Amino acid sequence: MEQRIKEILAEELSVDIEEIKLETSLKDDLNADSIDMMQVVDVLEQEFGVEVDTSELANIITVADIVNYIESHK
Amino acid sequence: MYGKIIGTGFYVPDNKVPNEFFESIMETNDEWISSRTGIKSRYFSKGENTSDLGTKAAEIALADSGLSPEDLDIIIFATMTPDTFMPSTACLVQKKIGAVNAFAFDISAACSGFMYALAVAKEFLENGKVKNALVIGGEVMSKALDFTDRGTAVLFGDGAGAVVLQRSEEPGIINSYLGSRDDVKGSLVLKALPVDNPFVSNENDTNKMTMDGREVFKFSKQVIMDTIDKVLEGTGYNYDDIKMIIPHQANTRLIDYAIDKNDKLKDKFYINVDRFGNTSAGSIAIALSEVRQKKLVEAGDLVILVGFGGGFTWGSLLIKM
Repeated sequence: MEQRIKEILAEELSVDIEEIKLETSLKDDLNADSIDMMQVVDVLEQEFGVEVDTSELANIITVADIVNYIESHK
Repeated sequence: MYGKIIGTGFYVPDNKVPNEFFESIMETNDEWISSRTGIKSRYFSKGENTSDLGTKAAEIALADSGLSPEDLDIIIFATMTPDTFMPSTACLVQKKIGAVNAFAFDISAACSGFMYALAVAKEFLENGKVKNALVIGGEVMSKALDFTDRGTAVLFGDGAGAVVLQRSEEPGIINSYLGSRDDVKGSLVLKALPVDNPFVSNENDTNKMTMDGREVFKFSKQVIMDTIDKVLEGTGYNYDDIKMIIPHQANTRLIDYAIDKNDKLKDKFYINVDRFGNTSAGSIAIALSEVRQKKLVEAGDLVILVGFGGGFTWGSLLIKM
């Protein structure tokens, strides 16, 4: 799952997958803005069949946060 | 018989407001706004109301059509920011232009309003009940904006567009498609009068528009391409036949995302949100008028209009120009 999430981030944010580590910050390291985040979450929701509540978006800072969120909501 | 477009016009207030304006009233800046929305400027009213904008647009469309106001049989105004609940904005325009032979009413379908209004006019024209129709989409969104909310205030603008249609044996509007569903979470709301009477007090209710950007983003992504496909269904036409797609002008990033997997369609989308912001029911009407004025489409070209917005509502039209 971690690999798939990295692939999605690389695709949606147009960044090199090698740049994406678990501790990578979406906003600070990958320059994702709020629209990018909506886009990423939209794809993640479809891919993993989870629903990310809008209020939870603010708590998703790093790649690890995405992994944890999806694992705990599957 | 068809409803055929014979005239278009648009009007915006003479007060262009660049993104920099918002820097003085809230924590935002041009880079933030333009990179997330594609919007650089919009127009805000300095007093003109929705019927004033609609009247100016209608006068230009009428002049373009060669018809007189007395020739009009029906006037439909799509808006969610009417001057008054009663009379309707369409009746105010009727009076201002002197369309003494028409019947007039408003349609409320938020940003899809102009699609709904055109689809209704199409039916009246096709069934022979009317010969000449005036359809207007327009808003003074600045009335409804919360200028302390940077998530909505920067997105919208004021303006109106108008179309004159005539019953014709030549193809005009070929097909229409409308849809709606419950916006369960209330992600796009503009409240009307609260229930405030001798039995209940609600006088502090706000009357400014609120939006949950992410819910609207998800909804729009889901419906844009589907609404385009639905209006082509059964017509025998496909993407390659279409000269131009005029979407509701909400946000360029959103539109880019929605059409992501359809690269061959991307170049066909007409975008002017950078100059007008989101004018809700006005947006497609203004854009249609602009592309005709600039001669970006010619007689015989196939154009798709696609709207989506509060309700939720969505709709599309396939038109032979």
